[in-house]
Amino acid sequence: MSHLLQLIVEPGFFGSAPVRSALIAGGIVAVVSGIVGSFAVLRGQSYAGHALADISVAGGSASFLVGVSPLWGFAGVGVLAAGVMDMIGVQRPRGRDLATGIVRGAGLGLGALFLYWDTTHTSTTGATITILFGSMFTIPSSLIPVIALFSALALGLVLVLYRPLLLSSTAADLAAARGIRVRLVGVLCLVAIALTVSLSAMTIGAILSTALLIGPAATGLRLTSRPGLAMVWAALIGLAATWLGVLLAYDSFYWPPGRHGWPVSFFVVTLIFVFYLLSPRPVRRVPG
Amino acid sequence: MTGQPPATSPAEVLSVHGLNVRLGGRQILRDVSFTMREGEFTGLIGANGAGKTTLLKVILGLQPPTTGTVRVAGQTRSRRAGLVGYVPQKIALDPDMPLRARDLVGLGLDGQRLGLPLPSARRRKLVGEMLSAVGAERFADARVGNLSGGEQQRVLIAHALISRPRLLLLDEPLANLDIGSEQDVVSVLGQVAKEQQVAVLISAHDMNPLLPVMDRLVYLAAGRAATGTTAEVVRTDVLSDLYGQHVDVIRVHDRILVVAGRGGGTRVPAPSADAPAGHCEDEPDPHLAESA
Amino acid sequence: MGMFSSFMASTWVVASIVAVVAGVVGFFVVLRGAAFVADAVPQGAFTGAAAASLLGVSTLLGVAVAALVGALGIGWLGRRGRRDVATALALVVMLGLGALFLSFSSEYAPEIYSLLFGEVLGVSVTQIAPVAILGGLCVLATLALFRPLLLSSLMPELAEARGVRAGRMELVFLIVLALATSMTLPVTGALLIFSLMIGPPAAARSLTSRPLPAMLLSVLTALVVVWLSIAAAYQTNWPVGFFVGALGAVCYAVGRSWSAVRRRRPVPAGPVATALETGALAANVRL
Repeated sequence: MSHLLQLIVEPGFFGSAPVRSALIAGGIVAVVSGIVGSFAVLRGQSYAGHALADISVAGGSASFLVGVSPLWGFAGVGVLAAGVMDMIGVQRPRGRDLATGIVRGAGLGLGALFLYWDTTHTSTTGATITILFGSMFTIPSSLIPVIALFSALALGLVLVLYRPLLLSSTAADLAAARGIRVRLVGVLCLVAIALTVSLSAMTIGAILSTALLIGPAATGLRLTSRPGLAMVWAALIGLAATWLGVLLAYDSFYWPPGRHGWPVSFFVVTLIFVFYLLSPRPVRRVPG
Repeated sequence: MTGQPPATSPAEVLSVHGLNVRLGGRQILRDVSFTMREGEFTGLIGANGAGKTTLLKVILGLQPPTTGTVRVAGQTRSRRAGLVGYVPQKIALDPDMPLRARDLVGLGLDGQRLGLPLPSARRRKLVGEMLSAVGAERFADARVGNLSGGEQQRVLIAHALISRPRLLLLDEPLANLDIGSEQDVVSVLGQVAKEQQVAVLISAHDMNPLLPVMDRLVYLAAGRAATGTTAEVVRTDVLSDLYGQHVDVIRVHDRILVVAGRGGGTRVPAPSADAPAGHCEDEPDPHLAESA
Repeated sequence: MGMFSSFMASTWVVASIVAVVAGVVGFFVVLRGAAFVADAVPQGAFTGAAAASLLGVSTLLGVAVAALVGALGIGWLGRRGRRDVATALALVVMLGLGALFLSFSSEYAPEIYSLLFGEVLGVSVTQIAPVAILGGLCVLATLALFRPLLLSSLMPELAEARGVRAGRMELVFLIVLALATSMTLPVTGALLIFSLMIGPPAAARSLTSRPLPAMLLSVLTALVVVWLSIAAAYQTNWPVGFFVGALGAVCYAVGRSWSAVRRRRPVPAGPVATALETGALAANVRL
């Protein structure tokens, strides 16, 4: 039995401090992404989530210039972008993709600039990789409390607004008739999404954080028709993909081509996709 | 009608007085007044564009009136939310949306409350009762996006009624239904309204399916309203005055037809300079069929 | 060595071709509301570039193959419903794969950077020919099928009635998009191609609602954006992608405020041609 375990888990896995940080930080982020992501998918705002992540690239890379941890940059710019996107009408279906795409382009362009400055003006190397593809194994343990705080914030927002959010995502008319401030609720949800993608930008990178946001959530939605249960599933699937991804990345250190292992983000993203493909399609009932 | 709006008597649920709504330069509603009592079933009849949806929105508090007052059980707009139930015409729903019919009805009880819902036997019981009252137990656990038009209608009615409103508003609930479902929905509504003593205001462009259950009606044309019982309102003289041109009211078996008068097709100048001829009606009034 | 020296000549040439293609193809991207697809295909193409770099083959080839596969894949997935989630996931997996491939090579960081954000000075003379050919193909295909494509994008049922099959047009559009993407990627980078393909056309559309003038305006705007970006990138040494993204946003903002001023309401994402022209279109389309 211990042989089998050794086969799967390379020696030193549980003893390694970076691995522990990765498991904790990655785990927290995965759970939050699953739950908040469920609302993003419900509201058809997957693309907006994608855009927010890319825009926050600018923030993350700017933080290298200033000398703070990328998390602040991601989160700050992300939340700001959520506000801007609401203003330019991302909650209205018409012309939404276009507006989102434009803002994304501008944000990414800015991010490109900051990254360029990072490599030429500061002594940080590999800023590009860190921002775009994540730094799961290099998250300092001192950052974990901050991660936990932001996670609690994003999760708290969505859980406190659970029922109004659910109703306004299903049928805005019904929510408005009940006196729910639909637009306010929508903005707050966007802010929660922005915070969440900032967090997952830290672990698997801005470009790939969309996967953690919508993959487990979409899978959970297929598995059950009960809203609360779908979110629990999403959190669990995200968690499984992240932890398994960390494990595989650690193991891959000795795999070809044998320099520094395969990227964690690659494993996490692929696992998420695999889980989604494996989930059964919800049975279509014939109405009548 | 001048002076103070009438004081609401205990059984009076809705009081609309001197309502004018002007939007985007157009006079949508002109001096509309009517009242509704507990348990009364009132039809809001008018063509598309006659102002029915606007009127419903004003009653709901989503649209402020230009002038005039609306009181629900004596309350003004800001305190109205719990008193009025609303059933919109049709909601576009994603078939994969993870919300069962049961969940949507549950949200009718507490959808506006903050915080996580705690599981409660009382809540489950109430939801179950409401679902059987509208005949929706069969599909209570299906995803709301997977329901047919008639099924969705019932679930929406349950959602609106579960919080025991005093007034129930329905926006063209029969528009997308086949005749069989139409009759079902109308009878379910009539039954539940009597049981819960809810005042029901149901908008439609064809009054005929509602004739069996309707107590009174509010007939909207060109932004103006005529209110009363069917016998009082659906008459040649009253409607001709309302439309501003001669119309005939014809009864064929148990159905009522409103038909444009002789020499039909001539545009009649509007009652005032505000609304150009025919402005309020985007589509030809289905009631106004060309006479032979 | 000046901006207009022979050293930079190939850059100007390639960039101009890229702008023309972006303007032409982008016009239809905006018309068909396909901003998401235009965004997704280049990101998949990034993987092709990464794979090509790993295998040591021409980057352009890798990009073209990946773009074609991506575009057709999206078209196929889209038809099976639930387009946004499945597409987004597939896209992200492609990006992850791209990251993986690049991690195998030793030139990890700079390579990624230029693939994603573009590299002005990396354009060589040898690239002119393939880019010109691909670009020419795209533009010719689009112009040849201009009327049926326009009709099919605006009024699909009407087009069907005239024998223009929506599926075929969609296929053509996706292939053209894939080719346009592959030739643009080396210059502006995978992440910012689409900025060039939606900013200028969106602006053009706000200024005029007639199809042919709108497309010409879109090409013109794209050219201006690209030229300004290259000039600025050359002078400041900043990445060209930054300027493309920023200028793209400026175009969009100008277009939107123009229509807001003109009509006191923002332009909804609706058809470009007037009713008259659509009717004339329908009469003239023969397939």
